[in-house]
Amino acid sequence: MVIELKGIVKKYFIGKPNELSVLKGMTLGIEAGSFVSIVGQSGSGKSTLMNILGALDRPTEGEYLLDGVAVAQLQDDELSQIRNQKIGFVFQTFNLIPRISALANVELPLFYKGAGRRERRERAMELLRLVGMEDRMEHQPNELSGGQKQRVAIARSLANNPSIVLADEPTGALDTETGNMVMDIFRRIHREERRTIVLITHNEELAKQTDRIITIRDGQIVGDQSTGNKAATPVPPTASPVSPTAAPASCLLSPPSSPASCLLPPPSYQGVRL
Amino acid sequence: MILENIRLALLTMKANKTRAFLTMLGIIIGIMSIITIVVIGDALTDSVSGNFDALGKNNITISVRERGTSGSAMMANFPGRRSQNAKTPETDDLLTDQMIADMRGAFGEDVAGVSMSYSGGEAQARDGARYANVAVSGVNADYQGANNITMLAGSFIAQRDLDSKGNVAVVSDKFVKNMFPGGGSPIGKEVKVYRSDRIEIYTIIGEYESSDAFAGTASERDETTAFYIPLTTAKQDVLEKNFASITVIGAEDGDVQEITERLERFFANYYLGNKDWQVNVSNLSSILDTVTSILGVIQLAFALIGGISLLVGGIGVMNIMVVSVTERTREIGTRKALGALNGQIQLQFVTEAVIITAIGGVLGTLLGVSLGAIAAKVLGAPLSVSPLTILGSVGFSAAIGVGFGLYPANKAAKLDPIEALRYE
Ligand SMILES: Nc1ncnc2c1ncn2[C@@H]1O[C@H](COP(=O)(O)OP(=O)(O)O)[C@@H](O)[C@H]1O
Ligand SMILES: [Mg+2]
Repeated sequence: MVIELKGIVKKYFIGKPNELSVLKGMTLGIEAGSFVSIVGQSGSGKSTLMNILGALDRPTEGEYLLDGVAVAQLQDDELSQIRNQKIGFVFQTFNLIPRISALANVELPLFYKGAGRRERRERAMELLRLVGMEDRMEHQPNELSGGQKQRVAIARSLANNPSIVLADEPTGALDTETGNMVMDIFRRIHREERRTIVLITHNEELAKQTDRIITIRDGQIVGDQSTGNKAATPVPPTASPVSPTAAPASCLLSPPSSPASCLLPPPSYQGVRL
Repeated sequence: MILENIRLALLTMKANKTRAFLTMLGIIIGIMSIITIVVIGDALTDSVSGNFDALGKNNITISVRERGTSGSAMMANFPGRRSQNAKTPETDDLLTDQMIADMRGAFGEDVAGVSMSYSGGEAQARDGARYANVAVSGVNADYQGANNITMLAGSFIAQRDLDSKGNVAVVSDKFVKNMFPGGGSPIGKEVKVYRSDRIEIYTIIGEYESSDAFAGTASERDETTAFYIPLTTAKQDVLEKNFASITVIGAEDGDVQEITERLERFFANYYLGNKDWQVNVSNLSSILDTVTSILGVIQLAFALIGGISLLVGGIGVMNIMVVSVTERTREIGTRKALGALNGQIQLQFVTEAVIITAIGGVLGTLLGVSLGAIAAKVLGAPLSVSPLTILGSVGFSAAIGVGFGLYPANKAAKLDPIEALRYE
């Protein structure tokens, strides 16, 4: 399992008369290499769930293991590093940084990781090629169409080889045709790159194109079904750690070339790289 | 990382040129006024002390002045500046040769010389169509040292010229240019000097270099230069043999201030019984001190104005940065989602503020140095800009960027990523 949620609760206005439970104890596992959709009506808690999955937010209660690492109670900068290296975000409103080129946007996660100029450039170009944006690399976001922006955003989400790609209504701001094209890209990167993708949508048609549909209502999982697409998808050879126990954060943040550090965690937290 | 941030800051600035410039304006004006005043102040101080050195820092002026007036010895040196109702001293009220001789005896080595002069009025030297305007001045030998007169040829008025009361003269280079345009040494040549009531013939024994420090507005052709003749020659036809003012030259290695005070006591003795007149003893260094301290106060006042302007400019930078952070809330949220650490966000915004203030500092320095150079030119003072001033001011403006950029940068760094992403 790349993601394991146990009894996740999210409340707002805690202790006040208007206390609000948005997520009411969610338990959920997502396998590495799967393409999962989360559907539900507006206000059902989809985005709240995604913020927790994406390490942007901490749950009020419950346990969240990402790649076997307990994420729920980490500090701000530790969460930043998790997001940087384990998670790729695709937003409904694209959220490209204005005034810098598509290429520079795709380079950003690599920049924050501390990658060198050349490495950043090569990786970003490779990713833009993957999403078919190689001839728009120097364009700024305001010179791109919605579909093009979302393709750049998808390329950016893949920059640091994340464990999961989280897409919150990625076609919500696009027309049907463009939305389908973006959906095709997701399907392709799932198939070809064996990415784990969590797609949040309220569009049933899009959800049917994924392997598994999780339905939430009022902060609770009310449905979890396989679509049968999965048989067509080969199981990725690079499966996530099976160990249910939480590995230390330093393991997660150590470079992939030194897996030994996962067995013997360093005495202090040294993952911060500027 | 820093370089990337600088590139990004420049990109942001480019996208918002007008705003960036307006933000810089306070810094530009602040740095400009500070640099200008520092440059002007330094130039003035240099030129004032330069002029005073040329006049002689060991000179002590002793002049007779009316009791109860504040007219200084300096004033006495400028005819026509005396107040209208001023009385004229009688012969007995003036400084006598005897007093001077007594003083020399009493002070010995502490006094290197006594410079005396007597103004013989304006005159004109003529030779056919050639002419030169002169101010005839009877002087003694010590006058040269007291007034830093540099000889170009021949020699200055010497004791034997004073003894012989000869019709000899020391003239300026400008005089020579006007009267002997053909070149050749003027030494030994005779010139006719036309005065209001008579014509006199003088033999030139020396040529001195005229200084430009006090050059008037007249063209070089008509400029009046000093025409030095022996004091004794000048006073031959004058009844008044005493002096209203003399200049004592303190010993080179002596304490001018101390000698000044002793001279004051010495001459005060002669005037104890004089109801109307007294002596005033002063030296240039005390005047120089006063002038430089006044300059210092003016400089400080302007620097203060510049400092306030910088403070206002810094607050302006902070203000704009806060606006910028608010405007770019979504961008900040996105950067955080992509994994930016709080410190990286902070650095980005501090860099932006520093870039703005540093560019403002550079522009302000350039403007300040230019204005200072123009002012120095107008004032006729030498321009000197120390690299320390330039480095200091650019560094200081960058520091303002750090100081005033820190608050908005921290604000940006502390934003909650979810709220920032949701910001409309
Ligand atoms: N920061 C917050 N403060 C208070 N309530 C919130 C906050 N964020 C979300 N909510 C509430 O949580 C519920 C679920 O929101 P959300 O997860 O955005 O729903 P969805 O994405 O499924 O439309 C909504 O009722 C919303 O008002
Ligand atoms: Mg939502």
